[in-house]
Amino acid sequence: MIYIYSFLFAGFVCLIGQLILDNTKLTPGHITSLFVIIGAALDIFNIYDLIVAHVGAGALVPITSFGHLLIHGGMVGVTENGFIGLAMGMFNLTASGITSAIFFAFIFSLFFRPKD
Amino acid sequence: MEKKIYDKLVYDHRPQEKRGQNAVIAFLIGGIIGVIGELLVEFYGYYLDISRADASIFMIITLIFLASLFTALGFFDKWVKFAKCGLIIPITGFAHSMTSAAIEYKKEGLVTGLGANMFKLAGTVILYGVVSAYIFGFIRLIIMGGA
Repeated sequence: MIYIYSFLFAGFVCLIGQLILDNTKLTPGHITSLFVIIGAALDIFNIYDLIVAHVGAGALVPITSFGHLLIHGGMVGVTENGFIGLAMGMFNLTASGITSAIFFAFIFSLFFRPKD
Repeated sequence: MEKKIYDKLVYDHRPQEKRGQNAVIAFLIGGIIGVIGELLVEFYGYYLDISRADASIFMIITLIFLASLFTALGFFDKWVKFAKCGLIIPITGFAHSMTSAAIEYKKEGLVTGLGANMFKLAGTVILYGVVSAYIFGFIRLIIMGGA
């Protein structure tokens, strides 16, 4: 059942993105930035946590989860280090994704050349 | 008057995008990526015997690795052109934008080309993610009182 929910939610987010892309002049860069902000905004009242609990990894795959993870890293930092922890812990949970993206992009770009 | 006629001509001859078809393809491909993510989480959780939170991190790294590799091998661009938001909105789009920028600007030098341009597209995601998470984190602290 969780696979169906994953399929529906991830598909739904991509569908909204595609509708915005086709019907406005916004570029993919605008849309991904917008979705990150939406993901962070949904976490003010734990809404995105509820979605993740019901939908599973289907809610972690879209870029909206990036904003969600940034806020949660910050909140863990706040409980450990007080107010300054918001800045200290913000990248805790997303660090693995950003680091591996930088590393793989660099390594692959050394060995491959553009196709066209 | 001339301008109006011209505008109408341009409007009639603009490239027709198949919006309905694009939306369905984005929905299906995005959904499939979501299912792959869930499969990977359960796979890692079961075979490596780790918690679901750790398995999600493994899953995201796997998707980023595959997207970077396929971009470097050259056929991910065609997939993105076909699926559009189905592959741009998931985390694969983040890895794709970084790897394609890195490969494209490599010829301008390792520092001035690759280093300066790698975050051209992915930088906006990080910038607006951090700024919004900071502001919304403050709001959440005030309203909800922390985690």
